Amino acid sequence: MSDLLLSARSLTKRFGGLAAVNDVSVDLFRDHIHAVIGPNGAGKSTLTNLLSGDLPPTSGSITLNGTETAGHSPESISRLGLGRSYQKTNIFLPFTVWDNVRLAAQSRERHWPWNPLRWIGSAQAMAGVNQRCERAIELAGLTHRSQTVAGTTSHGEQRQLEIAMTLATEPTVLLLDEPLAGMGQAEAESMIALLQKLKKDHAMMLVEHDMDAVFSLADQLTVMVNGQVIASGTPAEVRSDPLVQAAYLGEDHA
Amino acid sequence: MSSPKAQLEKLPRSVQVLLALGAVALAAFPLVPSDSADFYLQMLSQMMILAIFAMSLDLLQGVSGLVSLGHAAYFGLAGYALAFLTPADTPISLWWALPVSALGAGLAALVIGFFVVRTHGIYFIMVTMAFAQMVFFLFFDNKELGGSDGLYVNFRPDATLFGWAGIDLENKTTFYYFTLAMLVAVYAFLRRLLFSPFGRVLAGIRVNEHRMRAVGYGTFGYKLAAFTLAGTLAGVAGFLWAAQTGFVNPDLMGFHMSAHAIMMVILGGMGNFAGAIVGAFAFEYVMHFFKDLTKHWQLLMGGFIVLVVVFAPRGLLGLSEKFQRRRGVNSDE
Repeated sequence: MSDLLLSARSLTKRFGGLAAVNDVSVDLFRDHIHAVIGPNGAGKSTLTNLLSGDLPPTSGSITLNGTETAGHSPESISRLGLGRSYQKTNIFLPFTVWDNVRLAAQSRERHWPWNPLRWIGSAQAMAGVNQRCERAIELAGLTHRSQTVAGTTSHGEQRQLEIAMTLATEPTVLLLDEPLAGMGQAEAESMIALLQKLKKDHAMMLVEHDMDAVFSLADQLTVMVNGQVIASGTPAEVRSDPLVQAAYLGEDHA
Repeated sequence: MSSPKAQLEKLPRSVQVLLALGAVALAAFPLVPSDSADFYLQMLSQMMILAIFAMSLDLLQGVSGLVSLGHAAYFGLAGYALAFLTPADTPISLWWALPVSALGAGLAALVIGFFVVRTHGIYFIMVTMAFAQMVFFLFFDNKELGGSDGLYVNFRPDATLFGWAGIDLENKTTFYYFTLAMLVAVYAFLRRLLFSPFGRVLAGIRVNEHRMRAVGYGTFGYKLAAFTLAGTLAGVAGFLWAAQTGFVNPDLMGFHMSAHAIMMVILGGMGNFAGAIVGAFAFEYVMHFFKDLTKHWQLLMGGFIVLVVVFAPRGLLGLSEKFQRRRGVNSDE
């Protein structure tokens, strides 16, 4: 049995009267891809934001690698081993690909802003950081673009860069919010291959609209509608669930 | 997507040459015989001090993306510290008055920063200004603190070190060279800082603070450290200013002083410290030029700033890059 790295219980997030996420529980295991699907506005991104600390939950608990993290800051959750990518590309546009990833890798060095030695040494001369950075860039397939300014790369490359930055922090849990969004056929295929490669060492939650990708990658599926989980199980179970067919898969998968 | 405008962090060769020539010219200036040498020595000393002040603000404004409209508070506080520390009948030792004054300003920045660094954007601007106004009126309204008239600094600090009295700051030329040395030292330090692990984090916070937190940086601590360091360096400048002019008044920490520093940084070009130096000299030079021309100099000054912002949005240093691109030379690609 794989090990449980993240366990969320009864997560609820209310914005005024609206429950964007309502009593949702998710377990993420190493060597498992857990896909979350649902129509727009179902609460998938809000769920991701609750797990990553970008939003504090109204109620519920989250255990990440043995630590209770509900309501913690994004930076402390990141340091406990959670890495996330964003639905809308969220990178450092004016920096080179290398500097984007290097900055992410540097966050895992012991860093204390008040240490004057950190004010005068060269950031580019941190051997451990450079190694992690190089590995993450290579894994994401961006080695040939490492000296390119991020803002001038293609959309697909920026999505790859999102993943590379996330990997550079060496997380155990990965939350990927629509990594395939807006990608061309070839780009999507190489991203899917990358996710498959990453699966072995990570517990992964994948929010994705591309159903072909979801059904080919996911070990487990959770379907959300209006903030609630309406079905959860293996892809085969979910596919045959009448509720799911009516609510979501209806038109193109009936 | 349009190509994002990176700040001119790596300086084009033309700018490097310009800075080197400028430093040589400043070093050589006192050797040129002139009837009004004293006047120009004082003026250039003040420009160099303001350049240090502008660089300290650039650490916040250009590097970290924190536009402080109250940076003069720390400049003025260190100046007042020297005025209070200097006894009525004898000079004080430079070697402890300077660190104490600068660190005092830094301590004030640490305390104020603890509150202001939590805010963002327009609120940050407002709150830094509010705190600076509080400091201003604290001194303006208190006779014991000099009131609106300010205080005299009775002696320039004494730089005697272990019995060696080679540096006499009462001598205008010596003070000038001391200020030049401080300018070069602060510049060299900040340039190293810019490419250090700490400096890279500050740049990351400027570009995308949200993402910095998502990859694990506690950005509050970094911003507070930057605010404190900037306040300390502003204190170095304020200390030199008080020593140079021999007197302090609340205007040193007033709104105009803060606003001038912002304009100097914008004028020269943000985020690389060289721009702050160029901006400080250009600002002061143009201001003196207009002052000689007309008593309505502020109108001309305003027009000048508008022109620069419209035609050189990346400051005077940005222009140098523009010309270089046009010639097809680009040293830092």
